[in-house]
Amino acid sequence: MNVVVCVKQIPDPANPGRLDPEAKTLVRQGKLILDDSDAYGVEMALQLVDAAGGGEVTLVSMAPHNEVSGLRTALAMGASKALLVSDDQLQGADALTTAKVLAAAIRRTDPDLVLAATESTDGYTGTTPVQVAELLGLPSVTFAKRIECDGSTVRVERQTEAGFDEVECPLPAVVTVTAGVVEPRYPSFKGIMAAKSKSVEQLTVADLGLDGSLRVGQEVTDVAAAQERQAGEIVQDEGNAHDRIIQLLDRLKVI
Amino acid sequence: MTFDNVWVLAEAPEAKPTSFTYELLTKARQMGSTVEAVTWGADVDAYAADLGRFGATRVRSAGDLGDALPGVPVAAAMAAAIQGGDRPDAILFPQSYDGRDIAGRLSARLDLGVLTNLVDLSDDGTSEHAIFGGSTIVRARFTGDPPYLFLVRPKSFAALEGGGASPEVVALPVPDTGPLNAAVIKQRHVEARSGPKLDEAPVVVAGGRGLGEASNFELIEELARLLRGAPGASRAIVDAGWVPYAYQVGQTGKTVKPTVYIACGISGATQHMVGMKGAKHIIAINKDREAPIFSIADLGVVGDVHRVLPRLIEALKSRS
Ligand SMILES: Cc1cc2nc3c(=O)[nH]c(=O)nc-3n(C[C@H](O)[C@H](O)[C@H](O)COP(=O)(O)OP(=O)(O)OC[C@H]3O[C@@H](n4cnc5c(N)ncnc54)[C@H](O)[C@@H]3O)c2cc1C
Ligand SMILES: Nc1ncnc2c1ncn2[C@@H]1O[C@H](COP(=O)(O)O)[C@@H](O)[C@H]1O
Repeated sequence: MNVVVCVKQIPDPANPGRLDPEAKTLVRQGKLILDDSDAYGVEMALQLVDAAGGGEVTLVSMAPHNEVSGLRTALAMGASKALLVSDDQLQGADALTTAKVLAAAIRRTDPDLVLAATESTDGYTGTTPVQVAELLGLPSVTFAKRIECDGSTVRVERQTEAGFDEVECPLPAVVTVTAGVVEPRYPSFKGIMAAKSKSVEQLTVADLGLDGSLRVGQEVTDVAAAQERQAGEIVQDEGNAHDRIIQLLDRLKVI
Repeated sequence: MTFDNVWVLAEAPEAKPTSFTYELLTKARQMGSTVEAVTWGADVDAYAADLGRFGATRVRSAGDLGDALPGVPVAAAMAAAIQGGDRPDAILFPQSYDGRDIAGRLSARLDLGVLTNLVDLSDDGTSEHAIFGGSTIVRARFTGDPPYLFLVRPKSFAALEGGGASPEVVALPVPDTGPLNAAVIKQRHVEARSGPKLDEAPVVVAGGRGLGEASNFELIEELARLLRGAPGASRAIVDAGWVPYAYQVGQTGKTVKPTVYIACGISGATQHMVGMKGAKHIIAINKDREAPIFSIADLGVVGDVHRVLPRLIEALKSRS
């Protein structure tokens, strides 16, 4: 079974960048890393391929400046190879543009299943994967908290407002995973060494035949600091901090 | 710009529109001169009047979808209507499970962008989005032709009645979508929960990894019960399987705006804070004085939850 995993490479959330009030943009520096959210998809894919008794996990990513650090992490976990789309004209790409690029890259492979995360950590539009599915003409199941596959069908437990639904879908299909679907492995030393020689195919918009078909119909007009909530009083518990809580609840008339 | 005709994606599980739906209808009424609701299900006639009370003058129903997930059929039906000439200027979608699927599918089908995670929308069509846990606001707008697709975060707008007569219900025909619509729901599981709903409760008591182990979540439940509130959780303990996903507060969970939010053993990651910083008052208990949650708490208690919570519970019990 062949699985494609969409993996986003993002600025380290621990160091999310700062605001440039003049240019009204976010200034971000440093290497990109594998989005945590996508580590679950990579792990799930590896386990599914394992359970199927063979096949390949292929990564697909769109990132600026031929960034590969995040891909190397996923390759070190055990993915076989990667397709990376990098192109200056993709700067400021919205979710639909990203989906067009990812879909075109995925078409170059022949997956039984495409996995993505429910939402990315930095963009969190949560729409990219279903847009990819629509562009590829595939069914999709979002919010998977459990996935099982046999040769032709994927069975998913899909989170819902009320609990979860058991959903069945013929392959090929796009499925998005939530955190907690599996526990991502840490790359082993051997994995890290092996990842260095795995293939990362670099592609441009022209390579994908998308030249001239991408236009972003939205623009950022302003980036500003939100009105911050102020920190209030901080007390050290000396055995009676609960009294302070009760006083406040009393004052707010909730008790 | 002004919006002439605004559509709202109306979700109504169990034949009752969600409060989220009412929030969007209220906003749509302020934005546009006519408001139409797009919905689906076997009992649309039973709740169409509710949609009317919040301003919908017409309800477009995709009908009973059976065991299909709504994403594909509802998006295809909307796309067909729009391509057939029924063009709204804007469509408001709830950023919910099915809302995202439908908006994403429709966006790709019509080759229209979608703006997501809206927390506000002004009359000129400029949208506001909170990023970095709500510390930064990005404003954006569409540059192309309508319809404009907006995915809105819950609790961004108040839900206020205002509308009139029962709306007319018209069919929104679902075209054949072939293999796209092949996913079927085999079985639905409802996880039982008592007490007020998490996103409607006036008091939310939430627990995080600082509780140490799953059984300690009983402290959270007991405190919530005593305060007639709802228990909530950080994602860390949802992922760990201590509590069901329905308890999760934050970016990928519920957005709550209670009168009081009590965070117990929660560090205050941006993805958590984005779901609760709209609370009127925040109380935090954490043993680490440097925990980020203290930066937004009105009352921060530096202490051990295993000591503070039992005492708080005892004290509340002795009052009643
Ligand atoms: C894409 C994405 C989406 C996410 N969405 C969400 C979301 O919706 N909701 C969410 O909550 N998180 C979300 N997260 C996860 C988030 O980043 C944090 O990992 C999570 O909120 C941490 O949970 P926590 O505060 O319980 O655990 P920790 O960060 O481990 O914090 C535990 C805290 O407990 C304190 N503590 C320990 N022992 C005690 C004690 N005895 N007494 C008192 N305090 C104690 C510690 O000082 C610490 O501050 C998301 C992450 C990603 C990447
Ligand atoms: N630039 C990208 N490269 C690869 N995958 C992506 C990219 N953007 C989004 N995705 C995938 O789509 C998921 C949801 O992203 P988003 O729509 O940004 O919330 C991500 O977790 C990835 O799996």
